[in-house]
Amino acid sequence: MPYPRPMPQALAVHALEKRYGPVQALKGVDLSVEESELVGLLGPNGAGKSTLVKIAVGLVRASRGRAEVVGARAGSRAALAELGYLAELFRFPGWYTADEVLALHQRLSHSDGGAAERKHLLERVALADARNRRVDGMSKGMQQRLGIAQALVGSPRVLVLDEPTSALDPAGRRIVRVLLEELRDRGASVLLNSHLLSEIELVCDRVAILRAGEVVAAGSPDELSQPRGVELETDEGVRTVEGAAREDAARLVAEAVAAGRRVYGVRVLTSTLEETYLEAVGDEVS
Amino acid sequence: MSAVLTIAGYGFREAVRRKVFAVVVLLTALFLALFWLANHFVFTRLSTISPPTDVNVDTRTFAGAFLLGLAMFATLFLGVVLAVFLTLGVVSGDAERGLLQPLVVRPVGRSTLLLSRFLGAAAVCIVYVLAVYGIAVAIIDVAGHWTPPSVLAPGVELAGGVVIVIALSILGSILLSSTANGIAVFMLFGAGLTAGLLGTIGHALNSHEIQHASKIAAWALPFEALYQDGLRLISSNAHGLTGFLLQLGPFGGAYVHGWGIRVWSAGYLVVAVALAVFAFSRRDL
Ligand SMILES: Nc1ncnc2c1ncn2[C@@H]1O[C@H](COP(=O)(O)OP(=O)(O)OP(=O)(O)O)[C@@H](O)[C@H]1O
Ligand SMILES: [Mg+2]
Repeated sequence: MPYPRPMPQALAVHALEKRYGPVQALKGVDLSVEESELVGLLGPNGAGKSTLVKIAVGLVRASRGRAEVVGARAGSRAALAELGYLAELFRFPGWYTADEVLALHQRLSHSDGGAAERKHLLERVALADARNRRVDGMSKGMQQRLGIAQALVGSPRVLVLDEPTSALDPAGRRIVRVLLEELRDRGASVLLNSHLLSEIELVCDRVAILRAGEVVAAGSPDELSQPRGVELETDEGVRTVEGAAREDAARLVAEAVAAGRRVYGVRVLTSTLEETYLEAVGDEVS
Repeated sequence: MSAVLTIAGYGFREAVRRKVFAVVVLLTALFLALFWLANHFVFTRLSTISPPTDVNVDTRTFAGAFLLGLAMFATLFLGVVLAVFLTLGVVSGDAERGLLQPLVVRPVGRSTLLLSRFLGAAAVCIVYVLAVYGIAVAIIDVAGHWTPPSVLAPGVELAGGVVIVIALSILGSILLSSTANGIAVFMLFGAGLTAGLLGTIGHALNSHEIQHASKIAAWALPFEALYQDGLRLISSNAHGLTGFLLQLGPFGGAYVHGWGIRVWSAGYLVVAVALAVFAFSRRDL
């Protein structure tokens, strides 16, 4: 009887290390993105987020470890055929129009979507009117939206987006958020780098926090923003009961009163993703 | 195949936009106009030219071969300028600007990408070199009624020399920034020319050391040797003229020549391209 073949993960890295001369950018990272999963990668500047995604899309060679896209070695043609990628820093040739950029990428990714696909993609990133505008004549945010449309050419199964909203205004960010939700509904898998915690919290199924080349926290946004305890203010001072939740508050107050304490206040502590993040990375900026 | 055409077309369009062709066409037109004038004056005053008495050659052949030699030097130079400007930033330059990354992540393959850029530049430069060389030969034919004993081979050797420069420039673009690469390739080109001159001086002084150094340089930088071999061919059947022309110049003498250097050049080209493909496959972008 044949074994059922396990579905390969959309993206997986194991014990990934990268050294740039004296700088150890990644120190053994394990991370995976399952089918139809949206994973957010957070971390301070210089944590190694871009290095990680560049290895995943084959732009950078890992010093050690393994990276695979849909079961194929990262950087191989089989892997690249499944990928759409938006680089952190990129530029399209200034003399190409938006439509020509997409046409070029259609040819290179063997997409047979033709003019209909290009029109559809430009509409999705609100560039329908700029179809024949040269890249040179586009604002930074418009170029970033064109970059997102480019990443979607050929409806890839796996999307890797490195700070797709860094140059976008609030309306542009919303467009991207809606797009990401649509992509997940369509069954695409996404690895998303961002500094915008609120954005990650809203769209991601899972979050990994990277710090100095290591994953320091991972889980769903809910898991990462769980209750952190109950704070009790009594005549003895302020005491925090770690691990306690909202349901424990009444019992804790009763216990304190029974023990002869005077209770002045009680507060259920919940941490937001932001607090978890700041706790995980410290005050590190770079 | 379609990916090769797409990438080559992409490079071609970039060159058009950067006005590489406009500059080269302008310079070429200027050169050809001057060259036509030179031919006009030289051949209308042919009777006043007297080659050195110890050279057994008629003035028409002497003037024609000499002018074509000059034209070949100019063609090589312009061809190298074109080659360098088409390729100096193919990897580092484009990667620094962020142009390369979106292309590399497409399922084309890095080797196909690089070879497409190489083939695109080579096609443009071969057409260019053969056209300029052909026009120069035609000008001499029309103005002076002289054609070299071998018409095609010298042109092919010139084109081959330029293709080698393209391979070196692409290899350099992987290791160096655009500016550094441009400087490096022009320095190599200059070194090749100097080596040719050195050989001439070595012969004049009868210095074996200098001749030896010049030979090593010719093998190390075979585009120069190919050009020298082309010079040798345009005067190959003029009795007595060969030695004279090759010793006088215009720019050195073909002390390394024939099938040896042609085969060596082909191998050199293959190795340079293979090295570039290998280096690119390992390059972080
Ligand atoms: N090409 C390179 N050469 C040398 N060091 C590099 C290179 N690229 C990245 N680094 C170093 O590797 C580390 C990780 O960089 P990376 O770009 O992955 O960070 P990041 O998490 O994406 O940061 P940011 O939030 O600022 O984009 C940094 O210390 C950086 O200086
Ligand atoms: Mg980054």
